[in-house]
Amino acid sequence: MAIAEPTVAPLVPQLLEVRAHRRETADTATLTLAPTGPTALGDAAPRPGQFAMLAAFGAGEVPISYSAMAGHGGAVEHTVRSVGAATAALAAARPGDLVASRGPFGTGWDLDAATGRDVVVVAGGIGLAPLRGVVDAVLADRDRYGSVNVLVGARTPDDLCFAEHLRGWSARGDVEVAITVDRLGDPASRWPGAIGVVTGLLDGACFDPDAATAFVCGPEVMMRATVRALGVQGVDVADVQVSVERSMTCGVGHCGHCQLGPVLVCREGPVLPAARVLPLLEVRER
Amino acid sequence: MGTDTGAVVVDVAGFDALLALLARERRVLGPVLADGVIGIGEIAGVADLPAGWTDEQAPGRYRAVRRDDDALFGYAVGQRSWRTEVNPSRLPLLQIRRRRAGEGDRDGARHQEVLPADPRAGVEPTAWVGVRGCDLAALAVSDRVLLGGEHPDPHYAERRRDVFVVAVDCTSPASTCFCPSMGTGPAAAGAGHPGPTPDLHVHEVCTTDRHELVCRPGTDAGRALLAAVAAEARPATAADETTAAEAIAEAARRIDEHRHLDAEGLAGRLEAALEHPRWDDVAERCLSCANCTLVCPTCFCSTVETTTDLAGTETTRTRVADSCFTLDHSYLHGGSVHASTRSRYRQWLTHKLDTWWDQFGTSGCTGCGRCTTWCPVGIDLVEEATAIAGPTAVAAHPEGGPS
Repeated sequence: MAIAEPTVAPLVPQLLEVRAHRRETADTATLTLAPTGPTALGDAAPRPGQFAMLAAFGAGEVPISYSAMAGHGGAVEHTVRSVGAATAALAAARPGDLVASRGPFGTGWDLDAATGRDVVVVAGGIGLAPLRGVVDAVLADRDRYGSVNVLVGARTPDDLCFAEHLRGWSARGDVEVAITVDRLGDPASRWPGAIGVVTGLLDGACFDPDAATAFVCGPEVMMRATVRALGVQGVDVADVQVSVERSMTCGVGHCGHCQLGPVLVCREGPVLPAARVLPLLEVRER
Repeated sequence: MGTDTGAVVVDVAGFDALLALLARERRVLGPVLADGVIGIGEIAGVADLPAGWTDEQAPGRYRAVRRDDDALFGYAVGQRSWRTEVNPSRLPLLQIRRRRAGEGDRDGARHQEVLPADPRAGVEPTAWVGVRGCDLAALAVSDRVLLGGEHPDPHYAERRRDVFVVAVDCTSPASTCFCPSMGTGPAAAGAGHPGPTPDLHVHEVCTTDRHELVCRPGTDAGRALLAAVAAEARPATAADETTAAEAIAEAARRIDEHRHLDAEGLAGRLEAALEHPRWDDVAERCLSCANCTLVCPTCFCSTVETTTDLAGTETTRTRVADSCFTLDHSYLHGGSVHASTRSRYRQWLTHKLDTWWDQFGTSGCTGCGRCTTWCPVGIDLVEEATAIAGPTAVAAHPEGGPS
């Protein structure tokens, strides 16, 4: 059998320098990472929805989506919630430190599908991170789309990520931003906004369900509820894209961890048509 | 009357000469009897083969026992497959080193270098002798998994590239074998076989009055090797091929009568039975020990270990074989997706027989029977799949999945 010469590139990280560290919440930080040399996988710029395998020195690798695409000097942003040793080490990285990164891997959001249509972005918690690139891309080419709704849910006001960006989008006037929290958390918190699950925001959102494309990311239970609620509004499930999370080690379809039934999430996803993935998520422990 | 395939017949001494020639240029691996199991080890010639041995296998049971003849290849497969030769259980991937560079550099955070492992390191020309049809089919499956995607695995590719394969027909199958159901044996190669064409395709004939090996070349390298032993060979005749075909047909009949998996439309039937009560039943027996995934010739799951030296200057990534029977396999922050044994067994079985088709366009099962033999509690893949998926219902699943 003739076997081509594969490259080690997908297995070998590129060292990126932390240029900025922005605290989002008590356990979540956004890192701005810039290349220090030529990239192993060439100059493939990440697309909204793709992810990289990131590692702080000495810690394990974890899949983290890009929360902002290549800006000045090829810098990207990743938003990391500290939930274990690997993510804690990343969230603790400071400007000047190096982070090992492999990627970009996976599919991105299909923004072309929303051309000429209303855009509905629904995010739960840190699920806003992979969707931030969608909002940025849509707003950078605003005339290409109809109405734009960004609906965000967080556990408490203190768990809200990208507060500055949300304010900035809101201030533009050509995008509707609505935020809800599950509960106040700190009873002294002065929260002027909605309280309840994110699906409750759909009732107040103004879009044409027959001509809307929805982008959804959050906990699985939130995504299932959101796709159902969008359906109640009249949005066809074929017009809904979701980003799902599974355990990942390699990012290139070889380690077997990210299986969701027939789907290798790192390869076919993480962004998938809701119609494809919802039936899979309905099976318990699939 | 000769055949025009270039096939020749050698006796045991001729086969020994052939192995010796092979061993001049390659590390030769073949079946060896060690620790009571016919496994895989280095061989220099026929003397190292487990001549006169066979295996008795049943769910949860394996015994190497004597035969009443001196057949060189008179057994099925042991617990080791060729998988670890191309996809080692432990494989260094890379190191990241850092050094302190001076003022303001916290622990050398700004001075690091990545040193990837060379995929060619430690890889030498190798020959595999005695590869069965099921295992050759498994190699084709692994090729699809590890070489077929957008990012082929360089380490697998280097180990796989230049292996000289001597495939041998299987005429002493075990009771756990079901290769005819999966279309992978007992012939080791030939028309319709899903595996890559071996360099040599061997059929052993061992009767009271005859002990010979029919050797058919599949590649130029195979033809060259046969040419080098021409002095000790005679051309194969149509009668030799007929004898071989009859032995294969007889072995296939025996296997299929004893153990048959209704593979037609199996993927669709399993997909429709994800909540079958039998999953709970098998979960009560399953120890979640991962033996089946360790002996399976197509299982490929791996994880990466990251270790750092005490000085904190050097960190190493090592790829290590993993199993879907571990809790870590599906771990996300907060818990594992496959928390119950039921869901882990279902993941294993449906992946092999159902979702592998979606992911890689082939079945993940080759019918070698290892998972059943080496299961400490004797869980029988064919029995479970049949109980859960049921028999093919005519026209019930017209799309039917793979056939």
